[in-house]
Amino acid sequence: MHIHFLDPYQARSSPIHRLDARVKLVLALAFILTSALVPPGAWSVLILLLAGVWSAAVLAYLDPGYLIKRAFLALPFVLAALPLLLTVPGEAVLPFQIASFQGAVTGPGLERFISISLKSWISIQAAILLTATTSFPNLLQAMRAIRIPRLLVAVVGLMWRYLFVLADEALRLARAREARSSAGGLSRSRSGGTIGWRARVTGGMAGNLFVRSIERSDRIYLAMIARGYDGEIRGLPLRRMTGRQRAILAAGLGTLFLMMVLAALF
Amino acid sequence: MLAVRGLAMHIPDGFLSVLVSIFFWILSVLLISLVLRRVGSDLGERQVPLMGVLAAAIFAAQILNFTVVGGTSGHLLGAALAAILVGPWAAVVVLSCVVAVQALLFQDGGLLVLGANLFNMAIVSVAVAHMVYRSILKLSGGRRWGIFAGSFLAAWASIFLSALSAGLQLALSGTSPANIAIPTMGGIHALIGTGEGLITLGALAFLGSVRPDLLQTDPATSSGARAIWLGGLLISLVLAVVSPLASRYPDGLEWVAQQQGFLHLQREPLYRLVPEYLLPGIADRNLATVLAAVIGVAVLLGASWAAASSRRRGPQGMD
Repeated sequence: MHIHFLDPYQARSSPIHRLDARVKLVLALAFILTSALVPPGAWSVLILLLAGVWSAAVLAYLDPGYLIKRAFLALPFVLAALPLLLTVPGEAVLPFQIASFQGAVTGPGLERFISISLKSWISIQAAILLTATTSFPNLLQAMRAIRIPRLLVAVVGLMWRYLFVLADEALRLARAREARSSAGGLSRSRSGGTIGWRARVTGGMAGNLFVRSIERSDRIYLAMIARGYDGEIRGLPLRRMTGRQRAILAAGLGTLFLMMVLAALF
Repeated sequence: MLAVRGLAMHIPDGFLSVLVSIFFWILSVLLISLVLRRVGSDLGERQVPLMGVLAAAIFAAQILNFTVVGGTSGHLLGAALAAILVGPWAAVVVLSCVVAVQALLFQDGGLLVLGANLFNMAIVSVAVAHMVYRSILKLSGGRRWGIFAGSFLAAWASIFLSALSAGLQLALSGTSPANIAIPTMGGIHALIGTGEGLITLGALAFLGSVRPDLLQTDPATSSGARAIWLGGLLISLVLAVVSPLASRYPDGLEWVAQQQGFLHLQREPLYRLVPEYLLPGIADRNLATVLAAVIGVAVLLGASWAAASSRRRGPQGMD
């Protein structure tokens, strides 16, 4: 199974799992905003944010190693920030020469590069923590609570419901291809045919997947009509937030604000 | 595949400045709510399950990759295919859902930068694909070659132009210099776009032989599609003019950014009101870092202790 299609939710009965999804969603977004606002080189604040996310993971009975491992998935993107090492003006700390090209890693460049990578790594961990501790239906409710349009939430909800079904469908197609003709991109081995031919086969599979999904959506629509669907997507009413949940939300936002003040001071 | 995709277009958090992120959030929210209003009034209730399942299919279609060379592989992003099959309005909704779920659940792309990612992958790509496909279809007079050439070029252009848009955002944020970010993003995606184009072409050839009815234009979806056509043209023109300019004169973009205060704000955060002020008693940045590490470890230990003791108390704390 492809890693991207595993449900990231990890069922536990921890204090973090029991938190209201709205609190978690808002805190995660505020956390990511805070880390984005931290100026480059404010290591102390970044360390505190990292400690915060790991503590929350521990309180959620999750292994921080899980967060760290998954967070490395997005790391290839740091290549985009690599030129900063050389282009930010400042004191040269690491001059080098490749053939006739002379360059130097500058101090401020290094500082900004490490800051960007670190911030991105910390933010991803917060997002992973959110999805690992919040089940998708609760997340949908939280999305509705922060005023994301109903239609969008409805489509996302349906998408989630059929994601695994269609992923299985796609895996079946891929298995059929592997059994009959060219291997996919899973193995490094050379597979048959020209690139154009392979692309055509893949295109046919994609077309097949779309036909199946459109036909399935027709059946789903009929089933919805049969159960009284009238064009209006209804959900359970949102629960009132308890005083305790509100207090936790306020405390979390306050701590993050304090972090920003700290970042401003250093 | 992951490496190429990570590099591809899903910008993670931390790579765009706060100002750029917020600007694109506002832009995307405005445009998507416009589209939603239109979809809500125009398209029937029947479209809701169709859009949901199609979004899942686009997500799942990423499994269907094919080897290009060595270890790299191409796979479908699907903006063009969705725009051709269900029309541009519904395609924007479908792609928005795909991009949002990728970010929210699979950390493929950040949350603060989600606005920018939505703009690139749900709005630019769909508008451009629609514009190219419709234009070529019209040129060919609805003949078969028009469908094929149109789908290939629409898919290629949608990938290429949304990559340019991502490159511009990176450059505007001061994360990557314009003369490196834009040609690199453009170059990589000119290649990825070819794969996308070939798959889209193959998919349409398949659909054309088994379900030709799906390729007929639906009058319900084409009404008002002129606005998206114009939007696609406008986006393409702007990107086609700005990208080479910005990469040839990176200082120019930097100058614009400086004029707008982007870079300034990025490097000197807006709330840094008290310059060079340090906490009384902590005169040294290194000392502050060490202190933060000590506090961090203490917090972690506290959390571990709290977790252990709440666990020992057992499950009576459950709701």
